[in-house]
Amino acid sequence: MNKVSVIRGVAAPLERSNVDTDQIIPAVFLKRVTKTGFEDALFYAWRQDPEFVLNRAEFQNARVLIAGPDFGTGSSREHAVWALRDYGFDAVLSPRFGDIFRGNSGKQGLLSGEISEPDAAKLWAIIADRPGIEATVDLVERTVSVGDYSTTFKIDDYTRWRLLEGLDDISLTLRDEERITEFESHRASWRPRTLPVR
Amino acid sequence: MGRTLAEKVWDDHLVTKGTDGTPDLLYIDLHLVHEVTSPQAFDGLRLAGRPVRRPDLTIATEDHNTPTLAIDKPIADLTSRTQIETLRRNAVDFGIRLHSLGDIEQGIVHVVGPQLGLTVPGSTVVCGDSHTSTHGAFGAMAFGIGTSEVEHVLATQTLPLMPFKTMAITVDGDLRPGVTAKDIILAVIAKIGTGGGQGYVLEFRGSAIRSLTMDGRMTICNMSIEAGARAGMIAPDQITYDYLEGRPHAPQGAEWEAALEYWNTLVTDDDAVFDAEVHLDADELEPFVTWGTNPGQGVSLSEAVPDPASYPDQNDRAAAERALEYMALAAGTPMKDIPVDAVFMGSCTNSRIEDLRAFASIIKGQKKAEGVRVMVVPGSARVRIEAEAEGIDQIVKDFGAEWRFAGCSMCLGMNPDQLAPGERCASTSNRNFEGRQGKGGRTHLVSPLVAAATAIRGTLSSPWDLRTETVGGVAESGRKA
Repeated sequence: MNKVSVIRGVAAPLERSNVDTDQIIPAVFLKRVTKTGFEDALFYAWRQDPEFVLNRAEFQNARVLIAGPDFGTGSSREHAVWALRDYGFDAVLSPRFGDIFRGNSGKQGLLSGEISEPDAAKLWAIIADRPGIEATVDLVERTVSVGDYSTTFKIDDYTRWRLLEGLDDISLTLRDEERITEFESHRASWRPRTLPVR
Repeated sequence: MGRTLAEKVWDDHLVTKGTDGTPDLLYIDLHLVHEVTSPQAFDGLRLAGRPVRRPDLTIATEDHNTPTLAIDKPIADLTSRTQIETLRRNAVDFGIRLHSLGDIEQGIVHVVGPQLGLTVPGSTVVCGDSHTSTHGAFGAMAFGIGTSEVEHVLATQTLPLMPFKTMAITVDGDLRPGVTAKDIILAVIAKIGTGGGQGYVLEFRGSAIRSLTMDGRMTICNMSIEAGARAGMIAPDQITYDYLEGRPHAPQGAEWEAALEYWNTLVTDDDAVFDAEVHLDADELEPFVTWGTNPGQGVSLSEAVPDPASYPDQNDRAAAERALEYMALAAGTPMKDIPVDAVFMGSCTNSRIEDLRAFASIIKGQKKAEGVRVMVVPGSARVRIEAEAEGIDQIVKDFGAEWRFAGCSMCLGMNPDQLAPGERCASTSNRNFEGRQGKGGRTHLVSPLVAAATAIRGTLSSPWDLRTETVGGVAESGRKA
């Protein structure tokens, strides 16, 4: 995973709440067996509308998405994160995230930062005045700046550290493999197994 | 201080305890796999040269993409077929037990696990599917994970996780006939909102919950995710044990006794403290239905489409306005005046045998409303066979509805079972998101009883709206016989 520290790029406003992962990427695009190539599927239904924010010239090449509360709720599909990443987003800021989405994003180098609702509204207002303005999202300082306005976002220490270091979870866990084996040695024998087939 | 059920299960699966903001490492007892969220995970293992650590704690089925008609023919959609074939190859390469289309144990992953007796109290269950919360009905800690986590569990049989907060949802009282587990959970979500459970494990408690059968309890826990919660749980009791005993993979003999001894400890201690508490009165509940595009946008069926202007919160108001536009509904329209084009009876929320029985009890001897397409999709091949042995398939066909093979089907429309743009559906599934059942499709979430009554009348209806002699005979879906 690539290291993430400071992200600078065009900020796109998504002034909607409850953007579930079915909206981020509809199920018909989940049939692929690859991990890349999902950029065209992002917000597929909404992008059919020429007025949709990502279709506006000012927001081409956007890297930072500023969304309303409850972003990424619903289905566990990690494809939602892949689609955002493939499209070019490196950070999503929202007052509240779906738990699974937030977990998924941290594992794919997409920064999901929690901002307050007033800050979301403030950032939207700044962008409305100056569409195409860049945002700076600083993971080290946990700040986001757009124009003259700067504020903080929340991200848990562990995810922040993993993003900063670009660490892979499986390697981290396997450092504790002896502990896993030890745990397995005293698991109750009544616990069901899938094999052999009964 | 005492501990909650969720905390007990968590503590019993700790491989390592996190320190200084690092997560705990939790052991996973059962990993369910399906074709959609696993191909990239298996690829990751291949690239890193890693095996599956515990194939004997892993099981796969084909469900999301599978057709529900002509299952003996090759899958017509090429990308769907590729995904299924990829799972089959991965299962062979990594030694995973797989129940393919046509196999007697094939079906929706959350129907298959409990049916085989693999989901047991006090276990940790994960799957690359948010509705894994279903398994919490057994007093298991069960939650959906992303594909990176699927790979992590395949490789290590563990997951690094931050502890969840706990929320008690107490539902006391008696459900009226015609009101079911589905109505309880829809009412809970409407009350706390789609973000209300975020960061929490919900524990459902109270006399109304205790009176539910396992199928009803699974419906409740299944939709915990729609309140934003990672998991929902119900403490095991005699109903749980009666369901499990004798199932193929449930413990037997002395092992059963040892398991029971442990399972009986899986209750929230009297002096345990929840981080949040919610109460609901079952006596007051009516059949429930959603009007909008998220599962929290619901009302009693006897009410009308709400006016967005009545919402004090600006985001809620904007969401309601957008939802009404998408749903093509006007504020103030009585819910019962809304006609439907389709009725979908199925999904991991409501496709078990009791759900089918409840549906059949209402439609028996009736004809569906003209012009309404009605599709009945059992949750698993076994449920289908069991229903056929009871004659439910014939009741469905005589009614004028379609009797299909098992799978996720129109819940998410990954296979050909989809709504056409603009079509309106009363659906026993779990999500009314825009386009969920097909691009431009409009979904109203309902219970099997409401789905059946709606299929008869052609407009959103409860069993209470049918002739009195039918109401008297209403089977109470999800209630103890």
